[in-house]
Amino acid sequence: MTQLGYIIAGWVSTFGVLGAYAVLLINRGKAVSREVAEDRRRWMTTDMPEAAGAKGK
Amino acid sequence: MSSVHEEAPVGTGSTFSRRLGLLVAVGLVAVFVLGIFLTEPDQRINPDTGEIIGQFDAVRLLYVHVPTILMAYLAFIVTAVGSFMYLRKKSMAWDILAYSAAEVGVVFTFLGLLTGSIWGRPIWNTWWQWGDVRIMTTLVMFLMYIGYLALRSVEAADPGIQARRAAIVGLIGVLNIPIVNRSVEWWPNRTIHQRSTFLEDKFDGLTFFTLMLALLVFAGLFSWLMMHRFRLGWLQHQRDTEGLDVAISARRAEAEGQFATVAVDGSVVDGSES
Repeated sequence: MTQLGYIIAGWVSTFGVLGAYAVLLINRGKAVSREVAEDRRRWMTTDMPEAAGAKGK
Repeated sequence: MSSVHEEAPVGTGSTFSRRLGLLVAVGLVAVFVLGIFLTEPDQRINPDTGEIIGQFDAVRLLYVHVPTILMAYLAFIVTAVGSFMYLRKKSMAWDILAYSAAEVGVVFTFLGLLTGSIWGRPIWNTWWQWGDVRIMTTLVMFLMYIGYLALRSVEAADPGIQARRAAIVGLIGVLNIPIVNRSVEWWPNRTIHQRSTFLEDKFDGLTFFTLMLALLVFAGLFSWLMMHRFRLGWLQHQRDTEGLDVAISARRAEAEGQFATVAVDGSVVDGSES
């Protein structure tokens, strides 16, 4: 395969940047959600009977 | 099952986001295998000279370059829609959607510029061409949305002002997309870029299929990232307004307490609680 170094650089940088960004988002989400009451995290409460009707803001 | 409040999960994940994430991961593996190992390099014979021409193995970079830049367009369109809807409805959810999409779009634009530069080195023999209109308009778009994010992060006395000024920039910024996309047609003498990869119809079946699959998978990845980024923005908004809501609730309770005391006893005349 010719131009192998460029191909590796392109794919690794794409997967690396997107992977790092995804990990960053998940970690930030975990950190911030600990500072917020459960009843204000509405996408997690949809299968919880007492909060099924919660719409948030 | 024990108490919801004790065991509620933390983070921005949900059942749907986990399933989508798994699907995207499988899709990325498929695109990788197809793009690197199964598709053929781009090489054709020039009918006039008999010379072998094409992008050769560098065409494999297009399976990540083209989807990243198209996802950036999609992200900035979502930003514009969110901005427009915020200005109409004044709902913070639209504002959160707009700047979440802008952040994801900036990441994809950066990758589009980076992979384009890496692709350009073997094909054009240069990493960067300052005079190329496609590269320059993409760079302007990238910098403009970095400016959008910077502006959105500058706090204002009223959060509505913060969201409104960002929404205006979000609506102006989307005008970059047709300029970037059509630049090679509008200024053909000022670019070394090829015209639309899709319209030139020079790829074989598996190459075209891989490119389409890559677009689909990256669209799934974009959705997954958007889901998490929007939820993070929502959590940040909840955290920032929670204290204010508690204070308002306490003040209301206090006022209701005063009213109840007066109504039941009829003895409190100075408005103070016992």
